[in-house]
Amino acid sequence: MGSPPPSTVSFSVTSNPQMAGPRTDNSAIEVIDLYKRYGDLAAVQGISLIVAPGETFGFLGPNGAGKSTTIKMLCTLVVPTSGTAHVAGYDVVTERNEVRRRIGLVFQDTTLDDYLTAEENLRFHADLYGVPRVAVKIRLQQVMEMVGLWDRRKSEVKTFSGGMKRRLEIGRGLLHAPRVLFLDEPTVGLDPQTRSHIWNYIHGLRKREDITIFLTTHYMDEAENCDRIAIIDNGQIVAVDTPEALKASIGKDRVEIQTDNNIDAIAALKDRFGLDATESEGAITFHVNGGEQFVPLLFSEFLIPIRSVRVARPTLDDVFMNYTGRTIRDAEASAGERMSTNPWMRARNRR
Amino acid sequence: MSTAAGTPATPAATTPAGQLSIPESRITGGRLRDDFRGMNVVWRRELIRFARNRVRIITALVQPVLFLFVLGTGLSPVLKGGPHGFDFKTFLFPGILGMTVLFTAMFSAISIVWDREFGFMREMLVAPVRRSALVVGKCAGGATVATLQGAIIIVLAGLVGVPYSPTLILTLLGEMALTAFGVTALGVLIAARMSQVESFQFVMQLLVLPMFFLSGAVFPLADLPQWLAVLTRLDPLSYAIAPMRTAVFEHIQVAPSLLKTLEPAITWDGWRVPLGLELGLIAAAGIGLLVAAVAQFSRPE
Repeated sequence: MGSPPPSTVSFSVTSNPQMAGPRTDNSAIEVIDLYKRYGDLAAVQGISLIVAPGETFGFLGPNGAGKSTTIKMLCTLVVPTSGTAHVAGYDVVTERNEVRRRIGLVFQDTTLDDYLTAEENLRFHADLYGVPRVAVKIRLQQVMEMVGLWDRRKSEVKTFSGGMKRRLEIGRGLLHAPRVLFLDEPTVGLDPQTRSHIWNYIHGLRKREDITIFLTTHYMDEAENCDRIAIIDNGQIVAVDTPEALKASIGKDRVEIQTDNNIDAIAALKDRFGLDATESEGAITFHVNGGEQFVPLLFSEFLIPIRSVRVARPTLDDVFMNYTGRTIRDAEASAGERMSTNPWMRARNRR
Repeated sequence: MSTAAGTPATPAATTPAGQLSIPESRITGGRLRDDFRGMNVVWRRELIRFARNRVRIITALVQPVLFLFVLGTGLSPVLKGGPHGFDFKTFLFPGILGMTVLFTAMFSAISIVWDREFGFMREMLVAPVRRSALVVGKCAGGATVATLQGAIIIVLAGLVGVPYSPTLILTLLGEMALTAFGVTALGVLIAARMSQVESFQFVMQLLVLPMFFLSGAVFPLADLPQWLAVLTRLDPLSYAIAPMRTAVFEHIQVAPSLLKTLEPAITWDGWRVPLGLELGLIAAAGIGLLVAAVAQFSRPE
């Protein structure tokens, strides 16, 4: 399947009507036909996309699909083989420093200095980005309070848990008030509770800061948090839309019911509603548009007693399956073999 | 270090109350100023890490102390034959200063490899600062740290018959700083080409140890067999140890008969290399390596 043209309809949920930025009418990120090859390996194969200011845009795909390579190109860390990319209105190759001043980047692996205190880590960052002295003091407190680490600012980072480190890194990425924040796998390696905390911070951030967020993830449930997502597989974008629209494109909901008489029930579903239902392990399964609206109808018109009902929307897993022909887990298993990264090094950092 | 404060190029972003805001004035400042900030961050970080890591400072003392007091004491009887008697530890002392600087500076430089992979260096590499500034900052930081570690060894001077003369101490500190800078630049150049942390062992075994043993740190370079004489003259570290030993010998009494054997200066086919040339070679090597390291680090990915 070829990559569909990028959606040009911007989808903005920002509560702030005023977009402060160098070029308010421009998109936050604009990528045209981006390629990156490493020798024989084509990591990214012709990606095009547009992200509107204020949007939270997710890059969903298995490990090794080209997510990290794309984010590195957008962050000016890797030079594209061909194609162009503009971030915050500047070219990522020819106006590298202009891009760098306007983006925040939270790496997949922690890049804090363990021997420094939280505050020192942030102060060094402010110095690197040339945040004026007068602004640093106020800004430092703002971001540290936002990620809930203000009272721990004097502690050395080595005493922090994984979740605290990640929060501090998000705070650090925001310190110089970037226009675009890149989050590369923001919750990878964290426990579920911490993951949901991190998402709370990200949601809070979207409310308070006038910022565009571009994140990568291979967790389906996290992609749901984005305004729009792009599904990437083998270095290509196979679908871009809102999570709802992507799921809707799959079509019908899956409904499971348990009844006192399954055989009669299946026949009744066929007669009354024209639905093809199947029975397995004592439950009847069928697919229908608008499953939640269908259930009341089912109860009012069905004569056979119904013991339980379950309505399942198509998940992003179904979407991924639909566009790539495999589940994200299978994709990861095969992608793992292609990855050049030294596993020992990666493991070391997950401590 | 107030940077662009006071010269806003663009009006501050108008943001509604309650929203985090920052003046757009940060988007100013010349490249040199950016570079200076970057350099300064790298240098200060190196110092803070050195000062906080007491265990590293103490373990880094073990090797010099073993060489100085165990090897030095053990080999002393060999030199006792002369008319005045001479403490081998005194001869060894400048060599041990060189060794300390070599190992500390090299370790500091090579740490870039994991710092770049898992650490704060990655964060610095994505900042709006030229990589050359980061490399220069790293070399300055490594040089400072190695000189400080060497200064700790200088404290032991009195125990091995080296006087605490202010001029001697200042000379040694200066020469150590020059050496440390060159070694750090070499280490950074290697680190820029190294992709795996495991390669560190190769660097230590194939480069650092030979450099140390061939430098005349632990034995005199006079009257060596031809093959060894050539190798020692090819070792850049020889030209760093010789000035330090010359400085020490100027502050102690050495019998003329012994001086012939222990000759601190390097000779090229019988010609004594002048002190200025020795120091000049180290400085030139340091600058050349720094330029190469900057070029290597600035390559786009």
